[in-house]
Amino acid sequence: MSNLESIKPFPDSEEMEISFGPQHPATHGVLRVLLRLDGERIVDAKPVIGYLHRGTEKIFERETYNGTIPHTDRLDYTAAATNNQALVGAVEKIMGVTVPPRAAAIRVMLAELQRIASHTIWLGTHALDIGAQSPFFYTFEEREKILDLFEEYCGARLTLNSMRVGGQPYELTDGWVDRCRAFVDQFPARVAEWERLLTANRIWKLRTIGVGVISAASAIEWGLTGPPLRGSGVKWDVRKVFPYDRYDEYDFEIPVGANGDTYDRYLVRLEEMRQSVRILQQCLAKLPDGPVMAKVPKVIKPPKGEVYFSVEGPKGELGFYVVSDGGANPYRLHVRPACFINLQALPEMVRGLLVADLIAVIGTLDIVLGEIDR
Amino acid sequence: MSEQDNPSGAAPASPQPPAAPKPPWEEKPVLPVPRDAREQAQVRELAAAVADAVIEAVEFAGQVTVTVGRERIAEIGRACKEKLGYAFLVDLTAVDWQDRPEGRFDVVYWMHRHADSVRLRLKVRVGADTEVPSVTGVWKVADWMEREVFDMFGVYFAGHPNLERILTWEGFNGHPLRKDFPLEGIDTGAAVYPDVFPPGGGPVAGGEGE
Amino acid sequence: MTNPWVAFLLVPLVKIVVILLAVILLAAYMSFFERKILAYMQIRIGPNRVGPRGWLQPIADAIKLLVKEDIVPARAEKLVYFLGPVLVVAPALVVFSVIPFGPAFKLFGYEVAPYLTDVNIGILFILGVSSIGVYGVILGGWASNNKFSMMGGLRSAAQLVSYEVPMGLSVVTVLLMANSLSLVKIVEAQKQAGVWFFIPGIVAFFIYFVCGVAETNRNPFDLPEAESELVAGFHTEYSGMKFAFYFLAEYANMVVISSIATVLFLGGWLPPFPNWLAALWASPALAWIPPIAWFVLKMAVFLFVYIWFRGTFPRYRFDQLMDLGWKVFIPVSLVNLVAVGAGVLLIGGK
Repeated sequence: MSNLESIKPFPDSEEMEISFGPQHPATHGVLRVLLRLDGERIVDAKPVIGYLHRGTEKIFERETYNGTIPHTDRLDYTAAATNNQALVGAVEKIMGVTVPPRAAAIRVMLAELQRIASHTIWLGTHALDIGAQSPFFYTFEEREKILDLFEEYCGARLTLNSMRVGGQPYELTDGWVDRCRAFVDQFPARVAEWERLLTANRIWKLRTIGVGVISAASAIEWGLTGPPLRGSGVKWDVRKVFPYDRYDEYDFEIPVGANGDTYDRYLVRLEEMRQSVRILQQCLAKLPDGPVMAKVPKVIKPPKGEVYFSVEGPKGELGFYVVSDGGANPYRLHVRPACFINLQALPEMVRGLLVADLIAVIGTLDIVLGEIDR
Repeated sequence: MSEQDNPSGAAPASPQPPAAPKPPWEEKPVLPVPRDAREQAQVRELAAAVADAVIEAVEFAGQVTVTVGRERIAEIGRACKEKLGYAFLVDLTAVDWQDRPEGRFDVVYWMHRHADSVRLRLKVRVGADTEVPSVTGVWKVADWMEREVFDMFGVYFAGHPNLERILTWEGFNGHPLRKDFPLEGIDTGAAVYPDVFPPGGGPVAGGEGE
Repeated sequence: MTNPWVAFLLVPLVKIVVILLAVILLAAYMSFFERKILAYMQIRIGPNRVGPRGWLQPIADAIKLLVKEDIVPARAEKLVYFLGPVLVVAPALVVFSVIPFGPAFKLFGYEVAPYLTDVNIGILFILGVSSIGVYGVILGGWASNNKFSMMGGLRSAAQLVSYEVPMGLSVVTVLLMANSLSLVKIVEAQKQAGVWFFIPGIVAFFIYFVCGVAETNRNPFDLPEAESELVAGFHTEYSGMKFAFYFLAEYANMVVISSIATVLFLGGWLPPFPNWLAALWASPALAWIPPIAWFVLKMAVFLFVYIWFRGTFPRYRFDQLMDLGWKVFIPVSLVNLVAVGAGVLLIGGK
């Protein structure tokens, strides 16, 4: 059911300190939150992380640049394609490589499909935590269709390894475009179904409106990116600010919320799914011909220097900081993890709320421990 | 390209259209080159905002890196945020350049300005046992980022509200991302719990670690 | 030619056995129906391995729970720990002694009524007995010697007690319309009026059912037993058959609420529009339908709605749940009571 142990109750106050997690159905991974409660109100919350730390950045230093790509799959394991995109984009930047337009379009398609897939996990689990058990099954059915597309393209459903420095490793299979189009065309109707269940539901609104509010100024102060930032009204998306992979050739909107609460972040992510459909439709319509791989040397040896490159992942700005010393292995490859930085704002968002709201806020931040702990 | 006469005397070839330049992905990539950036707009701005801040400025692949003095980083950071508008600290990390005379570590601050969407990198050189003023007073987001740098590299941040290890566990000895920390890891028995395990020995059967 | 031993001893004994068996089987099979129906709502199948198409699943679950190790926490208060589940299951089953499933009929020369007894304070008896169930929750939580079980038990008890008030008020509106506390007379009053009481008492009907959902700790009011909550609930420390009893009690309570709602608001064993369409129901095509079938059908509708709620709604936070009970349902049911009372006075002149 739940796992809790009372730690150090404060002798001269009514407060109680409880450890929420690390094994708990609602923490979406091995997250531990040390809660200081006054009755049922949260006085303070301190996330404790590191249970999934695997030394990824150290391992990066041992690999060749193309060899680091499978490791990036395992960072935010619900959104492998955007992780790949960030890494290869960083290496291409430090190498001065331009990818062919067809490769860029395939990358955009994989990334937007991955965004939808990540948001379906978010919606299913967030609704499940708040008590609505059925959306989980509906959203995961759609995710299955996306994973089938991924499997057809690169052989893997979850840890894709679907991009290389300089372009794409594989050409699209026969009929992939048609199957993708079939999925994309029926998807907005599914989102409408999920909305019918939740958006106007009085209980859903009671549980999410006004919960976990963070103002726009606070959000920037705390370095939030992605839907937590946009839910607070800041219209900022890496795809628009620093376009990569020819995102400036596609027409799409950035949804923002008004109040910075859980309900707004929910609406923002739903709308992002619809905008992803829009981008996908444009990609499928004008998929350019040509090679899928640029001319890159067999052994990638970037010049000495450092570069930072980021993409808009489903969780926020995911960036890679590459420091090269001229060799075939990265001298330092640092991940700027969106979830790690978003999670830092948890105490800010949760102070003064009830314990049941903590679960809603953890769900709305959409954290994946793989990216937080690396 | 102009027509060229065929020197061997055969009939001249019909006019050739100029060969189109090959798209960049079919050419060998043009590697970026580091350039001095002291005259670059962002750097001049920074130099104007804080006197004698800039020690070195490099532009590479379109990104500007300014090396500044370690003791003044908090002051410079505050000037960047308040006077120059870099309100968003995107990333804070470190690089280990073993045995470098100017200081073993580089602590790197990557900032973003919303107004015109430009980013600037500040770099600070730190020796192994010197401390760096914390910038948590300037950007709240730096809290966990500095904890991670402390955990992974051992760089101490003065004035940080809660400088504890964040990714490795409590009691861990060592700083994993240093170049002299082995990739295979260290003995987590004796190295972590020296009073429980014998040196060089791991957890002993029947013993109790914490 | 009625033998008093048969009339006063055998018949009631048989009725007790039949009713108990039926209710316990129904409560157990409710778990199966819930799993299947919820599954189909969630694009999956549900249990389909045990027995033909999964129909023996509850039997398998019962056997499993019976043979499971019975773990008792070390410092639990033994007697009270044992009493907790008993105090939850017993009232749920006892309530069925007064619920009428159909009108009296003749069998082998005896006048047999498909209900155990018809006390003339039927509804009061039901409300009183079902309140004892709250003790089972509190004592179960307390006896577990686990401070968080205790808190969960208290929360659950607060919820149960709060929602009994609007439920009781809704029941009173029915009493005003039926002019009797006896359940059989309430059904007969609906036959006399020619219309099921949910039409004049529509507000009371909705309040009764929703409060009934809250009374049984079901979604959307199931915070005390939700898995994603910090406090695990009063039945954390129970295992094996005692745990099964808590869940049996929950399903049995669902059946209780559904039965009472059927009797009070949907005319019990009466067909729709019993007087107006009397000719239709007497016609040879439909006359074979026994009244108890109508009762079961209506009860099934409520049980389906219970499951439907579970598949659809998120759950209320505890403070919102209490707000809803005290600040919405109680005022509305009070106003409704006054309105229905005025209506009865004006129309019936009683």
